[in-house]
Amino acid sequence: MTLNNIWVFAQADGDTASTATLELLSKANTLGGSVTAFVAGSAGGAAAAFADHGAAKIYETGDLAGSLPGPAVSSAMQAVISGGDAPDVIMFPQNYEGRDVMARLSVKLDRTVLTNSTDITVDGDSVRVQTPIFGGSKLVNSTFTGERPFLAAFRPKSFEAAGGAGAAGEVVSAAAGELGATGGATVTAVHVEETSGPKLDEAAVVVGGGRGLGDAEKYDMIETLAKLLKGAPGASRAIVDAGWVPYSYQVGQTGKVVKPTVYIAAGISGATQHMVGMKGSKNIIAINKDKEAR
Amino acid sequence: MNVIVCVKQIPDPALPGELDPSTNTLKRDGKLILDESDSYGVEMALQLVNTAGDGSVTLVSMAPNDEVSGLRTALAMGAEKAVLVSDLALAGADALTTAKVLAGAIGRAGDFDLVIAGTESSDGYTGTVPEQIAEVLGLPSVGFAKTITVDGGTVKVDRQTEAGYDEVTCTLPAVVSVTAGVVEPRYPSFKGIMAAKGKPVDTVTAADLGIEAVSWAQQITSVDDAPAREAGEVIEDDGETFNKIVEFLDGLKVI
Ligand SMILES: Cc1cc2nc3c(=O)[nH]c(=O)nc-3n(C[C@H](O)[C@H](O)[C@H](O)COP(=O)(O)OP(=O)(O)OC[C@H]3O[C@@H](n4cnc5c(N)ncnc54)[C@H](O)[C@@H]3O)c2cc1C
Ligand SMILES: Cc1cc2nc3c(=O)[nH]c(=O)nc-3n(C[C@H](O)[C@H](O)[C@H](O)COP(=O)(O)OP(=O)(O)OC[C@H]3O[C@@H](n4cnc5c(N)ncnc54)[C@H](O)[C@@H]3O)c2cc1C
Repeated sequence: MTLNNIWVFAQADGDTASTATLELLSKANTLGGSVTAFVAGSAGGAAAAFADHGAAKIYETGDLAGSLPGPAVSSAMQAVISGGDAPDVIMFPQNYEGRDVMARLSVKLDRTVLTNSTDITVDGDSVRVQTPIFGGSKLVNSTFTGERPFLAAFRPKSFEAAGGAGAAGEVVSAAAGELGATGGATVTAVHVEETSGPKLDEAAVVVGGGRGLGDAEKYDMIETLAKLLKGAPGASRAIVDAGWVPYSYQVGQTGKVVKPTVYIAAGISGATQHMVGMKGSKNIIAINKDKEAR
Repeated sequence: MNVIVCVKQIPDPALPGELDPSTNTLKRDGKLILDESDSYGVEMALQLVNTAGDGSVTLVSMAPNDEVSGLRTALAMGAEKAVLVSDLALAGADALTTAKVLAGAIGRAGDFDLVIAGTESSDGYTGTVPEQIAEVLGLPSVGFAKTITVDGGTVKVDRQTEAGYDEVTCTLPAVVSVTAGVVEPRYPSFKGIMAAKGKPVDTVTAADLGIEAVSWAQQITSVDDAPAREAGEVIEDDGETFNKIVEFLDGLKVI
């Protein structure tokens, strides 16, 4: 049995589809089965992009009314699955919402999860994912051995987003069931940090600053250089934790994945957790006083 | 206010990690230490209990070979007691099994208002265990907390997001996962280290928690070396190196 039915956990910001979702839909569309996008909230204007990237069907939960997506979306997914539309694989982005939904669903369905993957292949009956470990120096190949659906999460930028699929994108509503105590968390306010210039994960040039800058004021140099190069400023976790710059600047395992034409690392040691976020850069310039810095 | 903190004990991340050649899973047979990612949760719990003026901090951990080194560090910081699940049958467990086991250990640890975990561990970093524990226990959860305040029957959390942060209110009991930097973990004092030696650690097996058959539906089939990136050119700054950088950027047509 090959893959007949593949779901992608889909996200949109208003009417704009998330890039991570489009990447996953595009990959799903090459795996041979029919592709469904499962949206947290309403698909709205993003439905067209989902269809253009391969979604024949789009399930939407409708407004989550401030509740976090984990319990609500996993409940909606479970309801559709027990209603008879059971996917072979569900692909999630390895981001906050993706992993919360996947984690909840894994318990509801009693299925294992494979996380942080960067590739998926179907080989007859088996589905294999590949995951870089030890800062990307080794690639682990794992297969699912139990019952379907298989739950897998992929790091952003693992796949190219490819439009032009021209799928139907039929929108179907899929409401969450009664959440009980699990629905006890409510978002009461949303704060968005203002940024100018290109987005960190889309910029052609990224200038990253680390602890080697010495102190918070020196980060101005990074901002200035990024602006001059029409790029985006980024940061290591060390200086995010130290409060020099907000978390939204962080590059790495727990931050953003960037793949610019040029990544300039100033005063960054190149810890494995930082490397996984930028090793896909086409060119890397490291400015460091330590010749051995990676 | 009783807080339970999940603390993972891991191989020292400063040492190069090694895979067991027979199972391809991470070798965990050496000495294990407290995952730094969980020291923030321990500190947060101690501060919340201190602010509340009553209650205690209990640790839960799953680790091989009755390992307690990491637990002793957290006990030395001020936690009161610990439940340790150590069982050969759990070697190489997946995240879901880990969550079921920890949920069982939490049940054994007694009444609680809040469970705190790290957002992701340093060695396995699936980042799914806290939310899975919450689902097993039927509780709400908030991930990626950068501040936590408890106010009567609710907890208020500033939750980091990709674009900034959200303010979230959540009913108790709940599971909250914290990020690094949420608080500054204290160093154990000498007195704390001495006291930790006498604090109770309840060591149990999976069966003691009522978890009988354990298995997981994933298998590592092979491990490949990643294609190596070419070594870069090293240029020592003679005061004029910026010219070379400008030239390089010019060649790439980004300036
Ligand atoms: C679970 C987990 C997740 C993590 N996720 C991330 C993540 O997403 N992103 C991330 O970045 N990190 C992450 N980390 C942290 C990571 O391990 C490192 O601690 C961090 O990247 C180090 O930041 P740094 O390079 O700025 O600091 P340091 O490691 O302190 O390096 C400073 C560098 O500056 C150089 N330097 C000092 N002075 C000068 C000078 N005058 N001129 C030039 N160079 C100088 C030094 O030689 C050194 O190389 C994570 C860690 C864990 C455990
Ligand atoms: C490189 C690598 C990759 C892996 N990939 C996967 C995978 O894709 N899927 C999978 O199912 N398993 C995977 N595993 C196994 C997984 O790491 C273990 O199941 C582990 O027991 C729990 O997952 P975690 O460390 O990833 O937890 P995370 O969800 O990252 O941990 C978050 C928090 O949960 C708590 N916690 C987690 N484990 C424990 C523990 N043993 N004791 C106490 N508290 C704990 C801690 O507070 C921790 O900060 C991987 C392991 C390695 C070494």
